[in-house]
Amino acid sequence: MEEEAAAIAVCRPRAAALVVADRVRVTRTDTGVALSRQHQPNPSDPPVQRIRLRYAKRGRVRFTSHRDVARTFERALRRAGVPMAYSQGFSPHPRVSWVGAAPTGVASEAEYVEIALVRPVDPGPLRQALDAALPPGLDVLETVVAGPGTLAEKIDASRWWIELPGVAPDTLADAVTRLMAAERVEVERLTKNGRRTMDARAAIVTTEGIDPTTVGEQACPPPTAQVADWPEHAAPCGILVAVVRQTQPVVRPDDVLSALRVVAGLVPPVPAMATRMAQGRLDDRGDLADPLAADRAASPEPAPAGADAPEPRQEREATGAGEQGPGPNVVAGPAG
Amino acid sequence: MPAGCVDNVPPTEPLPWTVVSVESVFPQLEPLLPRVSKPVQYVGGELNATTKDWDAAAVRWCLMYPDAYEVGLPNQGVMILYEILNELPDVLAERTYSVWPDLEQLMRQHGVPQFTVDSHRPVGAFDLLGVSFATELGYTNLLTALDLAGIPLHAADRTEDHPVVVAGGHAAFNPEPIADFLDAAVLGDGEEAVLEITDIVRRWKDDGRPGGREELLLRLAETGGVYVPRFYDVEYLPDGRIQRVAPNRDRVPFRVFKRTTMDLDAWPYPKKPLVPLAESVHERASVEIFRGCTRGCRFCQAGMITRPVRERSIEGIGEMVQRGLETTGFEEVGLLSLSSADHSEIAELTKGLADRYEGTNTGLSLPSTRVDAFNVDLANELSRNGRRSGLTFAPEGGSERIRRVINKMVSEDDLIRTVTTAYASGWRQVKLYFMCGLPTETDEDVLQIARMAQEVIRAGREASGRKDIRCTISIGAFVPKPHTPFQWAGQCDPDTVDSRLRKLRAAVNSDRGLGRNIGMRYHDGKPSLIEGLLSRGDRRIGLVIERVWREGGRFDGWHEHFSYQRWVDAGATELEPLGVSLDWFTTRERDETEVLPWDHLDSGLDKEWLWADWQDALDEREQDDCRWTPCFDCGVCPAMGTDIQVGPTGRKLLPISPVGKGTPVRNPALTRS
Repeated sequence: MEEEAAAIAVCRPRAAALVVADRVRVTRTDTGVALSRQHQPNPSDPPVQRIRLRYAKRGRVRFTSHRDVARTFERALRRAGVPMAYSQGFSPHPRVSWVGAAPTGVASEAEYVEIALVRPVDPGPLRQALDAALPPGLDVLETVVAGPGTLAEKIDASRWWIELPGVAPDTLADAVTRLMAAERVEVERLTKNGRRTMDARAAIVTTEGIDPTTVGEQACPPPTAQVADWPEHAAPCGILVAVVRQTQPVVRPDDVLSALRVVAGLVPPVPAMATRMAQGRLDDRGDLADPLAADRAASPEPAPAGADAPEPRQEREATGAGEQGPGPNVVAGPAG
Repeated sequence: MPAGCVDNVPPTEPLPWTVVSVESVFPQLEPLLPRVSKPVQYVGGELNATTKDWDAAAVRWCLMYPDAYEVGLPNQGVMILYEILNELPDVLAERTYSVWPDLEQLMRQHGVPQFTVDSHRPVGAFDLLGVSFATELGYTNLLTALDLAGIPLHAADRTEDHPVVVAGGHAAFNPEPIADFLDAAVLGDGEEAVLEITDIVRRWKDDGRPGGREELLLRLAETGGVYVPRFYDVEYLPDGRIQRVAPNRDRVPFRVFKRTTMDLDAWPYPKKPLVPLAESVHERASVEIFRGCTRGCRFCQAGMITRPVRERSIEGIGEMVQRGLETTGFEEVGLLSLSSADHSEIAELTKGLADRYEGTNTGLSLPSTRVDAFNVDLANELSRNGRRSGLTFAPEGGSERIRRVINKMVSEDDLIRTVTTAYASGWRQVKLYFMCGLPTETDEDVLQIARMAQEVIRAGREASGRKDIRCTISIGAFVPKPHTPFQWAGQCDPDTVDSRLRKLRAAVNSDRGLGRNIGMRYHDGKPSLIEGLLSRGDRRIGLVIERVWREGGRFDGWHEHFSYQRWVDAGATELEPLGVSLDWFTTRERDETEVLPWDHLDSGLDKEWLWADWQDALDEREQDDCRWTPCFDCGVCPAMGTDIQVGPTGRKLLPISPVGKGTPVRNPALTRS
């Protein structure tokens, strides 16, 4: 759309974003006087604990980009007093490792992130403190102490719930049948580097059209309905549930909808609303394995002994126990 | 319809809605958001934002910063007033910002009114719309917001059902160009002014709105601290100059005075700075360490209209920094003022803060620092616990001579010494700000900028022993501003500015070896000429603003939206029938006796002193700072009943024990026993 192209042009570059971290070490003046630059600027204690979190992105917060979420999350960590480990150098960053984030405009019940701490904490109080520090709509659902392996290797697919107000369930079911029957469906997407074509069908494992009038109380209600500002939309409303592999380039809910347009000419009259319901490793039956299951089993949460009671200031430092290397192999930023 | 009026004509017919409800418009807005760029800027939900019950509030303010959300949100003025007003139990304040043209178009199509980001209420439903103008280039955005809100553009067409539109901010010291669109303007500090306006509005509403809108505006005007343009008539001489400006009601004073908030420690705002979900231009918590500046730079409107200097105490600053970090989670604290290194206890302050936040990855920054007040100890304290960005200084003038004219007396030796130390201490990048088109300026004055930058690189390479250091020179065109000694000056025409900048670029590149380490950033002189028109214009400029807006003018501070030709054409159409022109308002030098459009608006500065200072500028004579030398009678303190409030107090910043590790906040719930 030309409107989109015009809108992109309004983003003016910001000096702060252009500052390149300088990595100078020691400098001496001609007179040989050592100035107060440290050999290793901003030294940070090594990480002694890693925590994995599942969080949700709900309601109007779905309009945040991954960068917005990352900034908000880092600030919440500071406000909550989480003892974060930092990278070193002149431009230290808290050690937060993201796995592929839901795109801007898409809600999620299953986003994952891992943080590295310089002091061990109990995951339960951490969840509460962080959730309280985050704005409503960014909700921390679970925290576990990280076990072996990386988060990234525990996740290779997502299940999406896509509401299509104004699309009759029959029409949707028909389009889905055609999509699944196709070998290959080329869709176009406007990216920063121009138009890009990809095969959306290859990444789609399953899709299913759901008629909300036939699913009973036991069916998963639209997760976004938990947020008060969610508008009431007029019936009919087709619902699409799709399991999509996280390939490169990433196939997003938008691309699945584009594929429906390509195969069946389906064009929703109002913007669709998508929610990521789960992420995990795809098993043989097309189900997703919970990426935190192993961590949860390995470290049952100890009963917190009265979190409200004042506690003596004792730090159980497991010096040197933490990994020295950089964090887990992570995928940063919204892919694609 | 005149030529040039065909493309991109926004619909400006009356909009199809009227404000009957104060329900949230979010349900109507939400379906539009997936279709616009950066929708997150319209959803609100900022940390520390306040939402209140509409019906429980006696007085309702909508505060606006008339630029994009990312620019407007960090604005300290709006944040301070928002908090002060919301602290009152029976007052509600919400915020609105300019919407980008993509959303504006959709809002018009779908009948969605200008909304607040707090509760998405229609702006037209509020009692007051307070608009903060840091720059005149936001004027067209005011018109967009009024129109989208369903508020008549012209104050004369508004009824009791419409909000009272009040301007504030530095541009409000000459609100004449937007006089037709405003109900009122407030000069100076807003903290106490908004409370007084709120009281007057509350009482008028409690009284049953006697006398309607006219009576409310009269009650505001008769305080002497609120300017209501409709109560002043402007008469012109045959040659186009102003003959006189006089009140047309008995209860209205001849002059309107600026407001000055004394004792900053009594106003520790913002206590809970807003933190947006979206990225903004200032990603930091800001603490204003003093207000006002008497360095006396003759081009600087901010320094002239905010006198006298009022320092916040070192303990007051310390409390605000800690509270700011706790409530925002920002990694950087900006110590704001017009010249932050001039705080009488800046060394103790920066050291105290750096000690306090050791190990918490908390950076400090001084956004405005003078070369002569800066030293490497200060620099090292600033970068000790956080990220190190570049260093920025503003010598403003390239030659010693022009710096005497503008009274920015930083010597080249000082500059070279400071940046050399910075390079030697590990900084790789220094930015230098200059102006072009200053009064009495010649090509030679501007070419000296190149020599200075080359000298900086040469000395920096020697001191650091490295070749890869950089110096960026950033040059803006000078705009003469009201209430400064340069208010009489003829503005330099854009062709001369552009030609000097071309010569400067050639001079920078003349030495290849040094030139490749020098970056040069500048804008052409055309937007500055329009800023000059809006800065020193009178009420006749309102016609130009309205025409430009009707022809699609939006976001004039953004070069991708600004159209010089649109302004030139509108200026020709509207001003020539009146016997004046764009040049007449900008490049024309004024004489001592001319009545200036803002003469009835009292900044405290004695007009005779300003004229004498203008003559001193032309004679290249300097003026010292009254903080360190005797009073030079600028007139502000006696006129306003104020006095300089500066330290040193000799008090120290006490450490906060303990701060957390990797965070400035200690959370007992996260401490394992």
